[in-house]
Amino acid sequence: MLQAAAFYIFSAIAVFSALMVVFAKNPVRAVLFLILAFFSAAGLFILLGAEFLAMILVIVYVGAVAVLFLFVVMMLDIDFAELKAGFAENAIVGGAVASVLALVLVLSGFIWVDANSAQANLAAPTPEGVSNVAALGALIYDRYVLFFQLAGLVLLVAMIGAIVLTLRHRDGVKRQDMHKQVNRKREDSVEIVDVEPGEGIG
Amino acid sequence: MEITIGHYLALAAILFTIGVFGIFANRKNIIILLMCVELMLLAVNINLVAFSSFLGDLVGQVFAMFILTVAAAEAAVGLAILVVFFRNRGDIAVDGANMMKG
Repeated sequence: MLQAAAFYIFSAIAVFSALMVVFAKNPVRAVLFLILAFFSAAGLFILLGAEFLAMILVIVYVGAVAVLFLFVVMMLDIDFAELKAGFAENAIVGGAVASVLALVLVLSGFIWVDANSAQANLAAPTPEGVSNVAALGALIYDRYVLFFQLAGLVLLVAMIGAIVLTLRHRDGVKRQDMHKQVNRKREDSVEIVDVEPGEGIG
Repeated sequence: MEITIGHYLALAAILFTIGVFGIFANRKNIIILLMCVELMLLAVNINLVAFSSFLGDLVGQVFAMFILTVAAAEAAVGLAILVVFFRNRGDIAVDGANMMKG
């Protein structure tokens, strides 16, 4: 009973905040509602027994991705009212497509049945008496270690890509040039002059 | 009252549909478009975790974790492209995006 109540509360918040992401006039608010949607999804994950994913969702999505969105929205100086123009006429086409998609998804949800062989073909049955984090860790560090490494590689590529894209060399900014410093010769900067007494350097 | 897998699938379907609707309705604003893509990925993750939980198969959660990874990478690169785009044009209207063609 309590679980059902929690499910309905979390999903109501998730659906409401997803709608607000789409309809919000101010993108900052849209980002904040996206964060709320992620939080309620994390609650649903906990209800489903996936504690690790719930925590990852809060840490990665709320802590990194959503804050990145917030950062970009606030940094760029954009006239958001102008971008919102045409929402009404686009919403008609969007509503048509979305309702067709919803129909398809609902129908497939109704006719979906559990295959008889599904229980026999589980790839990694959830072990009894082990916490979700331990079971997941045993799986990703053992059988799926290669995929885990590849996921890290994807993140590395994304990091390098983002840095390369946004790095910009400004002219007129003084920077340390190690190569130039190391290759500096004595003759370039020191001159020995034999000064005659009482004359000084001409 | 029992919460079945159907409840979770219905919720994921609603979230996914809202994401699709948002992509169509906010065609001009790339930031909202990216956020709608994140919403759709979240709906997919809810599906995977629901199946994983109700069938008792942990692989669904492993897969959801990889989707999370790819979604984070996609958001980082997408926002970097957005910042460069804004720097070059001074606005982020999608209509003028074909200016960048080689």
